[in-house]
Amino acid sequence: MSIPERLAANRYETDEEQSHIHVDQDLARSTGTGERIIAVCPAKVYAREADGTISVEYAACFECGACLAVAAPGALEWHYPRGGMGIQLREG
Amino acid sequence: MSEELEPDFDVIVVGAGIAGCVTAYRLAQAGRSVVLIERGEAPGSKNLSGGVLYSRVMEEVFPGFLAQAPVERRITRNYVQFLNATSSVGIDYADERLGDPVNAVTVLRARLDAWLGEQCEEAGVFLMPGVRVDEVLRAGGEAGPVVGVRAGEDELRARVVVAADGVNSFLSRAAGLRAKEPENHLAIGVKAVVTLGEERVRERFHLGQDDGVAYAVVGDCTLGVGGGGFLYTNRDSVSIGVVLRLDDLMARGLESSVVFDHFLAHPFVAPFLAGGEVSEYASHLVAEGGIAMLGEIATDGLVVVGDAAGLTLNTGLTVRGMDLAAASGIAAAAGIEAALESGDVSKAGLGGYREALMASFAGRDMVTYAKAPAFLERPRMYAEYGQVLADVLYGAFDHDLTPRKHLVALARGVVKKSGVRMRDLVSDAIAGVRAL
Ligand SMILES: Cc1cc2nc3c(=O)[nH]c(=O)nc-3n(C[C@H](O)[C@H](O)[C@H](O)COP(=O)(O)OP(=O)(O)OC[C@H]3O[C@@H](n4cnc5c(N)ncnc54)[C@H](O)[C@@H]3O)c2cc1C
Ligand code: SF4
Repeated sequence: MSIPERLAANRYETDEEQSHIHVDQDLARSTGTGERIIAVCPAKVYAREADGTISVEYAACFECGACLAVAAPGALEWHYPRGGMGIQLREG
Repeated sequence: MSEELEPDFDVIVVGAGIAGCVTAYRLAQAGRSVVLIERGEAPGSKNLSGGVLYSRVMEEVFPGFLAQAPVERRITRNYVQFLNATSSVGIDYADERLGDPVNAVTVLRARLDAWLGEQCEEAGVFLMPGVRVDEVLRAGGEAGPVVGVRAGEDELRARVVVAADGVNSFLSRAAGLRAKEPENHLAIGVKAVVTLGEERVRERFHLGQDDGVAYAVVGDCTLGVGGGGFLYTNRDSVSIGVVLRLDDLMARGLESSVVFDHFLAHPFVAPFLAGGEVSEYASHLVAEGGIAMLGEIATDGLVVVGDAAGLTLNTGLTVRGMDLAAASGIAAAAGIEAALESGDVSKAGLGGYREALMASFAGRDMVTYAKAPAFLERPRMYAEYGQVLADVLYGAFDHDLTPRKHLVALARGVVKKSGVRMRDLVSDAIAGVRAL
């Protein structure tokens, strides 16, 4: 079962107005943070685009914080989504 | 500025996980006014664990817990499974004594925490779900005592603030109690709930009506990354996942989802899941630093409980955090109650929390397992040892018409061939006995 299929079983209240994740593209490249956050994220939120930048599919996020833990200081701005937004676990 | 304002509550608890709910419940029972703020749309909607709750401490807080709370199955059978690419060796420990009195149950946090939130409300706690706390408020500048919290435009004040906001605890970081955690103190847990139906769960795992099993898996299940796999039975589903130490995962350049998929596809695991539906797939960090991670847990006007305080134990076979979260909630409520009683909510006034915590089973177990994190960082646990075990057993069971050897000679030969040095084996064994 592919990851997108698995994600489809989850419930999300996506915050359409703002993303809770921002990548500093220059720092992500120079520090290797790009590779690290792509590898660590089980939701496949991060992907490398053809132009070398990191794209962010923030709506899929599980809010675990693993990407922030492995990111170099300043390369990733990450906080919890606004109250009531984001993933809504039904099992846990 | 803010210090002249009257507090709105005696206590603000941030985070309606197990630690926050137990703290809030106890203080409300003691007659305090308590607000419990949770960023999820309901308690539990952000929370995830593997799912084995050592439940006796919950009975202490909520008499009748096992009968009333939404628990899944009582664990009466524990498997320790070494997985290699093409073989596996397991220890099967079943014991009726584990079921009477009940020692551990499986839980699903979205259900359990919702129930805990209801108990809090019934006890008089004011529950505020769907609200994210953004920062703590201090009286008189940067280093002043904590006097409340800010959530968006709203400010709430209380005599004591409890940071029960989980492993990422932005609150205790902002309060200066924690720095960014080193990667070897953190692991990522990737988990799915696979629904099979109640009958299929019972048949496939040979279970009685309410019984359950817990598999702790090490070895090839993580492609050698420090950590392990787990499989726990719920009423009509299984909780399955891997826990991967971040430093090791990064050093090996592996993707967490690839390791997870590898585990689920392993010939030992796949048949357990056949025909099931993935009903949820998510991840959460695990605090793995042990007592080294337990830093300051109180400052003026604020205490930290549960995962936010780094209170998790990984002994290799079990991840324990939920029972420790409950124990820290009990200790914190006692410490806060004493501080409110005496009118001194400074760090010193809140000192009863640390004392009560360290005197409880939670504090004592953290001390007992102080060496476990370093022991579990020894790499051979995740690669060679499972293979050594399988090779010894292969030598014993594979009758290839060569003359048989005694087990000891067989084992010696296998260890020699495996490349594990006898010195390391002995050192790992001694360290293991001391740490666990
Ligand atoms: C994969 C995995 C397997 C595990 N297996 C087990 C196991 O088998 N047995 C066991 O005992 N333990 C296990 N654990 C550990 C256990 O899950 C944790 O120790 C436990 O959940 C800690 O509870 P807590 O209340 O401290 O924190 P949490 O349950 O994380 O609760 C924190 C709460 O705070 C809220 N919050 C956070 N920030 C804010 C904010 N700014 N504003 C408002 N609310 C906020 C969150 O939404 C959440 O509700 C496992 C953990 C993982 C990840
Ligand atoms: S918080 Fe977890 S799920 Fe979300 S982007 Fe980071 S690693 Fe991925």
